[in-house]
Amino acid sequence: MTPRWRSWLLGALFLAVMVAAIYLPILRRNIRQAARLQQRSEEQARRELTQPTVINPSDPKVKAKLFWASGSDDGTVSPVTVELPLSNEPVLRAKQVLNTLLAGPVDTELRTVPSDAALLAFYLLPDGTAIADFSEALGTSTPSGIQSEQMAVDSIARTLEANVPKVQRLKILIHGQEVETLAGHLDLSQAFPVNANAGSSRPRAAATPGPAAATPALTPAATTVKLTQSPDNNSSTKP
Amino acid sequence: MLLDVGRFVRNDIRGKLCVALFVLALSFAARNGAAFSLSGQAGAPSAPQQTPPVPTPPQPTNTPPATGLNIVVLDPAHGGTDLGARGTGGIHESDIVLEFAAQVRTALEAQGFQVVQTRQGNANPSFDDRSAMANAQRGAIFVTLHIASTGVPGTARVYVMNDMAPGTDATGLIPWDRAQAPFVSLSRKLGDLVSALLAQRFKGSPAVAQTASVRQLRTTAAPAIAVEISSVTVEDRAQLDHMAPGVADAIARGAAAFRPTYVVPANPGERP
Repeated sequence: MTPRWRSWLLGALFLAVMVAAIYLPILRRNIRQAARLQQRSEEQARRELTQPTVINPSDPKVKAKLFWASGSDDGTVSPVTVELPLSNEPVLRAKQVLNTLLAGPVDTELRTVPSDAALLAFYLLPDGTAIADFSEALGTSTPSGIQSEQMAVDSIARTLEANVPKVQRLKILIHGQEVETLAGHLDLSQAFPVNANAGSSRPRAAATPGPAAATPALTPAATTVKLTQSPDNNSSTKP
Repeated sequence: MLLDVGRFVRNDIRGKLCVALFVLALSFAARNGAAFSLSGQAGAPSAPQQTPPVPTPPQPTNTPPATGLNIVVLDPAHGGTDLGARGTGGIHESDIVLEFAAQVRTALEAQGFQVVQTRQGNANPSFDDRSAMANAQRGAIFVTLHIASTGVPGTARVYVMNDMAPGTDATGLIPWDRAQAPFVSLSRKLGDLVSALLAQRFKGSPAVAQTASVRQLRTTAAPAIAVEISSVTVEDRAQLDHMAPGVADAIARGAAAFRPTYVVPANPGERP
């Protein structure tokens, strides 16, 4: 009796091991698939939330200029003409071109803004100041450095300049907040002029006009330190 | 005669009183910056030599005009928890720029400049703190050192601030956040000089200064440039180390070439 009981028990155990050996990989595959589906749906939801602007096929197709890296390793951006159905409404149009810019060029090497960055919001004030609010990835995933950060801002500013004439200045926010720099170097506390100097190769930091010839002096947080008066005025260097 | 004086000092209470008064007078004079030497005075008290060094008093505003540029404020960027650009091989911008700064400092001192560094070790002063160090100097230029995470390895670029309108507030003072405005042209001149030297040394580097809205430059009230070296992505750190002497030499020679063109005003608020 005992040997037969033992053989039944061994048989049952062997069967259980075989079932487990077959079932466990299937279970693992199912778990991975479920996780992937969840991740995809989260990404989909994020995209839907952050990029509500879709290209409307009924909009007239225009040749949009999108600025990505020129590929010459000199830190410049160059335009790529893409035919897109763009809205005539400036805010919608700006969202459409910026989302296309963020989607990236065919050659990913020419990308100027990180692939995981998203445009969260875009506002256009009556004075022509555009406020573009990007997700945190714009700050965290843009390669740190003056050249790379300048290229990211250049591509955004010049794409707006080429496609949305009403935009006069661009202020960049990160996740709704004003930040000091993009990724440690480039100043984001100021607005960048757009459509101000069409001949310029780079956007220039916006500056509030003021009496240029007044006696300049400096006001740091606590003390007042007078400065030399407009050393540029007597300079013979290029403007 | 001298023996009589010695006897008088040792034996007479009035002599001792005279010595005490003499010592007090010396102490008072030294504390007030009187310029005379105590060397060679037999029996002179050591009290004045033990007093802490007296800082040089600031020059009065009616002194003759300063001859020119004397100080370079050198800024190794980032530091502390801010590592800056990071390479895959564990190279951190904040470490490399500190080592570059040491070589740049030596080269500048060899050109006769006094160098003020915004950080010596692994500290991370704020942008404003670094600018304040430069803005407190008279007759200074500002050089901030960076290592990029992009660009062709083995090249270096110089950046200057974009043109800024030198606005003033109601009191006629330039706001702190626009301190660079009056210096943009001078910065460009300095940047072009250093760029040309870097381009000679490092093939593929631009021969003129680039413009960019560099945060550190905006609040600096002096001719100011940012030097960026490519890059932290090099496989071997030695590639960057080999660039340091060339970068140091270019900055020092560029600053020396810039010196005669920058006439530092004698008084703040005056035209140069």
